[in-house]
Amino acid sequence: MNKLEAQNVNVYYGANKVINDISISIKPNSVTAFIGPSGCGKSTFLRLFNRMNDYIDIFKMEGKVEIDGKNIYDKNIRVEELRKQIGMVFQKPNPFPKSIYENIVYGLRIQGIKDKNILDETVEKSLKQAALWEEVKDKLKNSALALSGGQQQRLCIARTLAVEPTVILMDEPASALDPISSAKVEELIYELKNNYTIVIVTHNMQQAARVSDTTAFFYMGELIEHDATKLIFTNPKNERTQNYVTGRFG
Amino acid sequence: MPRTKERLIEVGLAAAALVTILTTVGIIWVLFSQTFEFFSNVSIISFLTDTQWTPLFADKHFGILPLVAGTFLTTLIAILVALPIGLTIAIYLNEYAPKSFRKIVKPLLEILAAVPTVVYGFFALAVITPFLQNLIPGMAGFNALSAGIVMGIMIIPLITSMSEDALFAVPMSLREASYGMGSTRLQTAFKVMVPAASSGIIVSVILGISRAVGETMIVAIAAGQQPRLTLNPLVPIETITTYIVQVSTGDVAHGSLEYRTIFAAGMALFVFTFILNNISYWVKKKFQEKYE
Repeated sequence: MNKLEAQNVNVYYGANKVINDISISIKPNSVTAFIGPSGCGKSTFLRLFNRMNDYIDIFKMEGKVEIDGKNIYDKNIRVEELRKQIGMVFQKPNPFPKSIYENIVYGLRIQGIKDKNILDETVEKSLKQAALWEEVKDKLKNSALALSGGQQQRLCIARTLAVEPTVILMDEPASALDPISSAKVEELIYELKNNYTIVIVTHNMQQAARVSDTTAFFYMGELIEHDATKLIFTNPKNERTQNYVTGRFG
Repeated sequence: MPRTKERLIEVGLAAAALVTILTTVGIIWVLFSQTFEFFSNVSIISFLTDTQWTPLFADKHFGILPLVAGTFLTTLIAILVALPIGLTIAIYLNEYAPKSFRKIVKPLLEILAAVPTVVYGFFALAVITPFLQNLIPGMAGFNALSAGIVMGIMIIPLITSMSEDALFAVPMSLREASYGMGSTRLQTAFKVMVPAASSGIIVSVILGISRAVGETMIVAIAAGQQPRLTLNPLVPIETITTYIVQVSTGDVAHGSLEYRTIFAAGMALFVFTFILNNISYWVKKKFQEKYE
């Protein structure tokens, strides 16, 4: 069964139609890359999966978005529960102005978990998963803002993992990072794939080609093509995809 | 010709700027020199430790403590009223209210700040006090509680407006991070937004305190004129500001020791607000560094 599924989705910002009749299926434990020129709707589309667009006053959507076969825009869905299941990593590292430790346990604290053993274990486990443990294990009480940009982003990934989601949405997670940090994040994505379903928005073609199993090309609010990454980059069916991945526009 | 005109404008502007500086210097000079005269008659130690303030009586005592207690009490009550209400409104406006609503309410709140304080004073005396007397039998007609509550209402717009600005300045990305992990709006407001905006909120409270300490009309009308070293909010007290009003509008001879007491009291007030404003300046500076 598909992990995520969207059927005939339209999105409007006021009178502006920004997503035009998109359907897509995403398999569990895979990495899917969303690519396309700026303003093509890929970030908006990504944010449909954890209902992050809900806070925009003029946002309106039609169609169906499902996780594990359940419609997430159903009235009975509690959006807080949904977001525990579907984590998100943002373009710019956005750690809270708190300690490294408090950043990681934030998601547990808001669920009311107080047991120090559980919190400690989660911190160690999540930081290890995010390949940050060795660098920060002796300064967990220090402010997260003192970390480098790349470390901050891995901290944000660790913070997301601490809530134990099954899906992780990443909105250009490496675009604000230097090449070395960026490579570390990519490596991390590659490893996380075994346990999570990952959807990543990226402007970086090489990155999409390196980390993803399938790639979806968006253009002007439409999904032009979604296929195995290898095919998208070597032998796309659509001419616009071909032009974009070969760098002829975008 | 245009050059002369330009020059004239420059001189005019400099003169205008100089007026404010000279006024400040003048005020401080008068305050210091008169206070100095005062302390050549009264020892600083008795000024700071005597528990009675009776400069206008035959048995003269010059202990500032009763006036400080009165000021402290009314200010404390004001902040206890203004902080929870002001912060709640700020959180509501920033985290819950639709943008259109916020656009209407914020200017309205600032109108509340434009009500003359004498109106607030009468509101305290004529509305709040009778109302509270129904609830608390034996409460005096002049008391710190009514004046403090109304002063709190007066400060609400200040706290709301500044706290709201501080919350608004917290990057959207922090709010998204919190929502993204399954926080409710309430959790996001109290666990992420308020802590992140804490320095700005602290500044708003300090400026609120500063405002309450210097507030004159409300306490002069509603809190009484009886210097008393007490923290009982139900009896008449006197604040530093009220005392200054009382003496300056009375018939005390210029140049007398009684007359100089108002400068000593004014000096005490000046020191308080000066310290508070400096703390807020310092906090604000730290706050700005954080987001640079």
